[in-house]
Amino acid sequence: MTLTPAFRNVLKATILPFLAAALPLAAQTSLTGAGATFPAPIYTKWFAEYQSVGNVQINYQANGSGGGIKAITDGTVDFGASDMPLTDEQIKTFKERNGGTNILLFPTVLGAAVPSYNVPGVTGDLKFTGKALAGIFLGSIKKWNDPEIAKANPGVKLPDDNIVVVHRSDGSGTTFCWTDYLSKVSPEWSSKVGKNTSVNWPAGLGAKGNDGVAGLIKQQKGSIGYVELIYAVKNHLAYGSVQNKSGQFVKADLKSVTAAAAAVKTIPADFRVSITDQPGSGVYPISTYTWLLVPAKISDAAKRQALTGFLKWAITKGQDLVEPLDYARLPQAVVAKEEKQIALIH
Amino acid sequence: MASTTHIADVLRRRNNRSFFERLAGGDEIAYSITLIAAVAILAIVALIVLELWTHSTPTVKTFGFGFLTSSAWDPNSGKFGALPFIYGTCLTSFLALLIAVPLGVAASVFLAEMAPPKLSDVLTFLIELLAAVPSVIYGLIGIFILVPAIRDYLVQPLKAVFGFLPIFQGDFYGLSFLSAGIVLSIMVVPFIISVSREVLLAVPTELREAALALGATKWEATWQIVLPAASTGIIGSAFLALARALGETMAVTMVVGNTPKITASLLSPGYSIAAVIANEFAEASGDLYVSSLIFLGLVLFGLTIVINALARILILTTTRRGMK
Amino acid sequence: MTLEISPRRRVINFVMLSLSGVCTVLVIAVLFFILGYLFVHGARSLNWNFFTKLPKPAGETGGGMANAIVGSGKVLLLATVVGVPVGFLAGVYLAEYSGKTFAFVIRYVVDLLNGVPSIVIGIVGYALVVRPMHHYSTLAGGIALGIMMIPIAVRTTEEFLRAVPNSMREGAMALGATKAQTVFTVVVPAAASGLMSGMMLNLARVAGETAPLLFTALGNMFWSKGWLAPIATLPVMIYNYAIAPDEDLHQQAWAAGFVLLLLILVVNVTARMIIARGPASSRR
Repeated sequence: MTLTPAFRNVLKATILPFLAAALPLAAQTSLTGAGATFPAPIYTKWFAEYQSVGNVQINYQANGSGGGIKAITDGTVDFGASDMPLTDEQIKTFKERNGGTNILLFPTVLGAAVPSYNVPGVTGDLKFTGKALAGIFLGSIKKWNDPEIAKANPGVKLPDDNIVVVHRSDGSGTTFCWTDYLSKVSPEWSSKVGKNTSVNWPAGLGAKGNDGVAGLIKQQKGSIGYVELIYAVKNHLAYGSVQNKSGQFVKADLKSVTAAAAAVKTIPADFRVSITDQPGSGVYPISTYTWLLVPAKISDAAKRQALTGFLKWAITKGQDLVEPLDYARLPQAVVAKEEKQIALIH
Repeated sequence: MASTTHIADVLRRRNNRSFFERLAGGDEIAYSITLIAAVAILAIVALIVLELWTHSTPTVKTFGFGFLTSSAWDPNSGKFGALPFIYGTCLTSFLALLIAVPLGVAASVFLAEMAPPKLSDVLTFLIELLAAVPSVIYGLIGIFILVPAIRDYLVQPLKAVFGFLPIFQGDFYGLSFLSAGIVLSIMVVPFIISVSREVLLAVPTELREAALALGATKWEATWQIVLPAASTGIIGSAFLALARALGETMAVTMVVGNTPKITASLLSPGYSIAAVIANEFAEASGDLYVSSLIFLGLVLFGLTIVINALARILILTTTRRGMK
Repeated sequence: MTLEISPRRRVINFVMLSLSGVCTVLVIAVLFFILGYLFVHGARSLNWNFFTKLPKPAGETGGGMANAIVGSGKVLLLATVVGVPVGFLAGVYLAEYSGKTFAFVIRYVVDLLNGVPSIVIGIVGYALVVRPMHHYSTLAGGIALGIMMIPIAVRTTEEFLRAVPNSMREGAMALGATKAQTVFTVVVPAAASGLMSGMMLNLARVAGETAPLLFTALGNMFWSKGWLAPIATLPVMIYNYAIAPDEDLHQQAWAAGFVLLLLILVVNVTARMIIARGPASSRR
């Protein structure tokens, strides 16, 4: 019968709180994290898997990288998640608020932000130059059959429809990655808008989370937005290839993202690195690491053990789970470096 | 009535015992506990206002009241202005009233003046139940039913007929001031109907009878006599609806498009105060950013206080006058 | 003497009156079409998993909202514990004890509290509970909703106590009861059914609140243990799932909307029936 376990669950949920209040040590450790929606699919997968592996329950709320940075700085969660490397100022603020404790960044996986679109009548993949993307998001390219888009897509019949730009309304590491790339390829973008988790968008509609952007693209004919690769894949959204620094049009996939990571030869000690717009053959130019943000000092021993245990698992065994979800594995050199950093958590 | 209270007074004076007797009997304790509860509410409200005010001082200090008139919202460069949000909040609420008030008042006229009392009671009961539907559910319905319906059936004809007006220019993406206004109007219409009907029923029957006896038609009696007599209360109901629309968060953020823009076109996406707080508060880093959002909250609070107070005064004056 | 009504006036009369009828039908039709759609669509999306399973990791289908259903229950329980006693006692104070000026101040402040937009209550909950305790929690969510319950609790209590006839108070006093005994053993029980249904309506009103929970209860993929951990609630789940692109999540959002609305409407109807059938003594 399905009823019995169900009923037991309900009982557990109603009675456990009272028991747990009385016996705080009896329950398994639980951790709370918040932040990036970009890696949320793999994180929720990891946390579901790790529950039985490490007897740790990790609750992850995907409220955007900005949300993750704020929550860990305010100390309202046990760890944060962001696909934007923290700025010097953000690290300084964290230290001020948390009695001088440092914050450590742990790369977990690699992913890509893809230009995803819903253009009626266009079935094949579109190709985008950096200039075209910058123009579209600046609002200077208004029609789908604009020469800048048509030039890169010979043979594709582009409609004379208006382009509806969709962007994130919340603070997002995906936005950072996207605007970081646009700033590198377009001086106009760099001076007018710049790069950050949220920017002053010159055009378009805002939607919350990668989910929200994907949802809006799906509903809105003639739209284009940027989402993490898996959100485009799992929602059957079309996404195009982007011209990289070496002039090739490359579509985001495991190989091209891994190639982007490999193109960066040295990784700084604090793992704060941007891998957008890297040169080289087969490199997807809008790729990024995504990071977990963990305080260097965790006073609760059980939580500290749970979190370090999880980190070790995630960068080793956990990597076996990432490829089915279209994320790229961490390079081996990064894993080795991270293992040393895990030991710093005290 | 007067004589019984007098007797009660006498009894109370006879029961006039010392403080300690009353303390032992529980009187003073009961009194103190209820008083404490009442004072606690004062404290809570004071705390809310204080909390909002202290947290919004960085913004007040940096931008002064220019914050309210600036339309820059650029967290990246630390520039914050409230105008697009105030504009969006007021525009969507105004739109909601524009649709909901005529419909609601007409419906309440029907319910109060024409429908058989039994039918009127049943319909009113159902309509009042609709006021209990949570805003997130209206948002759900907005995203999946109303926005597509507006896009497919409403905007084309509107543009065809009124396309020359600035308010119907530009492209329509579905998420817009117009969508938010329509969703809000559906949310507030039950309030307008239930309060307006109440106010209409409070208009003395003699007025109607006198008008009819003088040869007025039913409509003339309603339009020229009953509605003017109830007008203040009906305006009050509109204000009540306005207060609700202003503070509405979830339904609006789900359909308004979340873009801080000031444009005349109702078809373009916009933003509202409550929506920007819901979207950005959880992630606003930096004191100035947080404090700007909290100051927006304070502005919204202030707006609703004023509107609510006006509504209450208007409704009270008519129902009182009607009862006399 | 009969006054002739010209045909023109007769037509206007007919047209305008019909128009008001049409408006009524229109309003009711739109509202009920929408709710009907929710009910049909929601009921169709319901399945046993919805009540028994936890949410699945992103991208996998077949999860449920068992934790959010229980979560909403826990948050509401806490909200009642926080909001109702304060509101009830303050209502008793207003109805039975207070003088004119102070009562005016309190009523005014209660109105103010009632007018605070729900999103602002969320900010306050974050600033007063989440920040100092360094954790999103059931407690924070319960306190936020509890504050929202206070104004209605005060008003319904005061209203129903005032509806108790003075003769009952005088009778009790005449029999030698103290003021406290009179209030709590005679007046309050006389108004009990009204008070109960008032509280039910109050609870139904906050049950669907989403905005105050966004920054307080946050959300949880698992069962929330104790009262100090983040917790999933139905309204927040509806919001999150509705803006997601996943068809399976949309179905669950409809199902959750259906369940939430059904609960709220059942409570509303029950409470209103209790009030309507209440004992004569508690009616004016």
